[in-house]
Amino acid sequence: MLPTPLRNLRPTWTHLACAAMITGLMATTAVVPTARAESVAPPAPAAELFAPNLTDFTLDNGLEVVVIPDHRAPVVTHMIWYKAGSADEPEGQSGVAHFLEHLMFKGTKDHPDGEFSKTVAELGGQENAFTTSDYTGYFQRVAKEHLPLMMELEADRMENLVLTDEVVKPEQQVVLEERRMRVDSEPSSRLREALTAMLYVNHPYGSPVIGWQSEIEALNKDSAISFYDRFYTPNNAVVVIAGDVEPEDVKALAEKTYGKVERRAEPGARMRPQEPTLPGERRISMSDPRVTQESISMNYIVPSDGTGEALEPEALDLLSYILGDGPTSRLHKSAVLDKKIAIGAGAYYQSGSLDDGRFGLYASPAPGHDLAEMEALLKSELQSILDNGVTEEELAKAKQSLVAQAIFAQDSQQSLARIFGAALTTGQTVKDVQTWPQRISEVDAGMLQDVARKYLSGPAVTGLLTKPEAPTATSEDKQG
Amino acid sequence: MSVTAFLKPLVTATAFLGAALSTAQAVEIQKVTSPGGIEAWLVEDHTIPLIAMNFSFEGGAAQDPEDKQGLTRLLAATLDEGAGDLSSQAFQARLEELSVTLRYDTGKDYFYGTLRTLTANRDEAFNLAEMSLNKPRFDEEPVQRMKTQFIAGIRQSEQDPSEKASDLLYSSLLGDHPYTWKTEGTVESQGSLTPDDLRTQYQKLLAKDGVTIGVVGDIDAATLAPALDKIFGGLPEKADLTPVADLIVSSGKTVSAEMNVPQTQILFGLPGIMRDDPDYQAAYVMNHILGGGSFTSWLYEEVREKRGLTYGVGTSLAPYNAGGLMIGSAATRADKADESVQVIQEQFKRMTEQGPTQAELDSAKKYLTGSYALRFDSSAKIARQLVALQNADLGIDYFERRNAEIEAVTLDDVKKAAQRLLGDKTPTIALVGPKMTKKDASGG
Repeated sequence: MLPTPLRNLRPTWTHLACAAMITGLMATTAVVPTARAESVAPPAPAAELFAPNLTDFTLDNGLEVVVIPDHRAPVVTHMIWYKAGSADEPEGQSGVAHFLEHLMFKGTKDHPDGEFSKTVAELGGQENAFTTSDYTGYFQRVAKEHLPLMMELEADRMENLVLTDEVVKPEQQVVLEERRMRVDSEPSSRLREALTAMLYVNHPYGSPVIGWQSEIEALNKDSAISFYDRFYTPNNAVVVIAGDVEPEDVKALAEKTYGKVERRAEPGARMRPQEPTLPGERRISMSDPRVTQESISMNYIVPSDGTGEALEPEALDLLSYILGDGPTSRLHKSAVLDKKIAIGAGAYYQSGSLDDGRFGLYASPAPGHDLAEMEALLKSELQSILDNGVTEEELAKAKQSLVAQAIFAQDSQQSLARIFGAALTTGQTVKDVQTWPQRISEVDAGMLQDVARKYLSGPAVTGLLTKPEAPTATSEDKQG
Repeated sequence: MSVTAFLKPLVTATAFLGAALSTAQAVEIQKVTSPGGIEAWLVEDHTIPLIAMNFSFEGGAAQDPEDKQGLTRLLAATLDEGAGDLSSQAFQARLEELSVTLRYDTGKDYFYGTLRTLTANRDEAFNLAEMSLNKPRFDEEPVQRMKTQFIAGIRQSEQDPSEKASDLLYSSLLGDHPYTWKTEGTVESQGSLTPDDLRTQYQKLLAKDGVTIGVVGDIDAATLAPALDKIFGGLPEKADLTPVADLIVSSGKTVSAEMNVPQTQILFGLPGIMRDDPDYQAAYVMNHILGGGSFTSWLYEEVREKRGLTYGVGTSLAPYNAGGLMIGSAATRADKADESVQVIQEQFKRMTEQGPTQAELDSAKKYLTGSYALRFDSSAKIARQLVALQNADLGIDYFERRNAEIEAVTLDDVKKAAQRLLGDKTPTIALVGPKMTKKDASGG
């Protein structure tokens, strides 16, 4: 098991998910078992379905509702997900989706002055919100008897938000502090932001979710309201309710609350500028006096659950596991255990996006070794997959691990709600998620080699985090 | 149970201590005693085919010898790196094959273990836990590998402004008490550790007399009881713990350090309150109103909502075994650090001079009682609570008593707690940020 400090060296490749409080959640894609829509797999046996007791329905106004009963504790998680994230922002207004997320706590005509939050607190509830490239979500966790009120208040703020400069201006400062905290204060975060901008040169995924500082500074009440009026409408949202509830009760409540909200807009299809195929190598190297542990990452744009064909996303999931997840992964075994040239090495696949996602490899050198060795190692392990594929044994182990992760995820109603909310706002269906274990089982070893050859054989976009150049010989630095 | 709990004051590692259950009937705890006399608390639930077991041993990083700081943390990192006839790689591969999670970690006062398994692999999982606890190998290779990783982490954390602020705060508050030592140790102390050191510390800490166990999920008492003997029965009867000196907290100082970063980290600390103190619940309610974890605390309202000075701000009680602390934090632009500190101190003053209104107290109590059930909605969370509750020695009925204890706190109790914690005391303040911070602060 890696020590905590080292786990922190591992890049968090999900787009920055910003929440309204210090306890904010990072949206992670680690166990989000989703996949593309046109699965032709035979129906999985009930026992293998993920969250088999789920119900979903759509209200007349277009709002989709998912109910996941979990009767182990008398509590409920209520979430609303809008299909609006930073990749849906108008040009020049990066950060407006996240800014609006903060402002949604300010109040409405009937419930002004942060009354929603005060009510949640008085009921012993917990709440928060988060923004990513593709969606914005809000949630409350309350004792089950308070669910109707949560639904009523959340439906109210879908159409009745009131903003004044008096509340907007200080919140803008809060967001700027948040940016300083999350990005500017962390050399690795600054590199990640720059690298992402270089990886996506045309697609809006290249902009940071929190926004560029100059553009956050230019946001105001009107830009937030205009984003709100364009995207916050029942036909652009998904409500997920997980906990001690019965689907028919939730349906009646949903009709009584959300059902009364009229369609406020027709956001239309989410067509974003796509990424061209670019020739040549792209590298970014950033040094900072506060870097003591260097690292390298090699990044590729690959299909996501939303864009992948056939079993490609599942094959990429498995490939990422075999290459760089778990204690016996190829990268860990080769670089850390056998050659002992790295203190950490791994791979990631960010699959949970509406448009193409990303795949990458990373490593941090052990004392006495350098980034050139890390790069050579990552390339050689990748080449070995391209040339020889993976073994049946590796594949079987990876499948079993991923399917087990899906079972463990069902222990938490919050995890379940997040998995479905994220999937349904990035082009997936309930069935796609439920049948994911089934699809994983259908992947064969040849498919892993195929996706590697198809998507990972070109030049990577490479990021290097380095220590400042030492004034003289570096040999001293290399002593443990 | 984070290793950095002590150094990151806002993590909720100790939050359970004020917590309890509004809907006690949701969690039914069985006390299970094995034939060999080992006790565990069990919450049986067969909804999902998995089992969560958490356990702890008394004696955490505060048991490090002074010249071997980081030893207990290294012990936690290497206990699952090879056992019996399985090398590190073979042991880890076996865990992976079975989809078993087995992890060790340490806090200041306790050494923690976590086991997660699918029901289907239950016996194998228990077997691996037993091996790691009873027959660890501490082979040279994994020990060296972990040390290298820790040292890289220690070097990186030296460049982290909030870590630096923690160091300053705690050394200023507590002198050289073992709690101020870094859990991972220093580059030098971690670098000097050997497999023999690990064997010594292992024999010192891991014993039957200090163990507490919480089990949740798809297992019944009859199956669990013999498994407890299997996993823990082979350990020595008694641990060999070094007494940890009581905390002597000296507050009222302002300490600062420069670091070229975009924000100033502000940490503040005061003497706190022990968990077994009769005023604990009153202090807990008071802290919630002042800076506890919801969007309604005074500090959240005044520092963040009204003035936009920070993204996060809050306070928490940290009741350790050797003494209690009250810790708070914020981060802001360097030129706003002075104003932020001032606003925070005004709220401390308001709490001691006026105290909350009855309405504020009522709201706080509603939150604290109402939210208790949220700590019990997954097997993993319940297992953690079961261990924490046993360590706090509050009794198996605490879950049912707790909300009544919160309800019973009066306005007068809160005001008394405020006087006691904040009354005639000035917090120690640690500031780490770019150069201008200190000058601005002293210039008022």
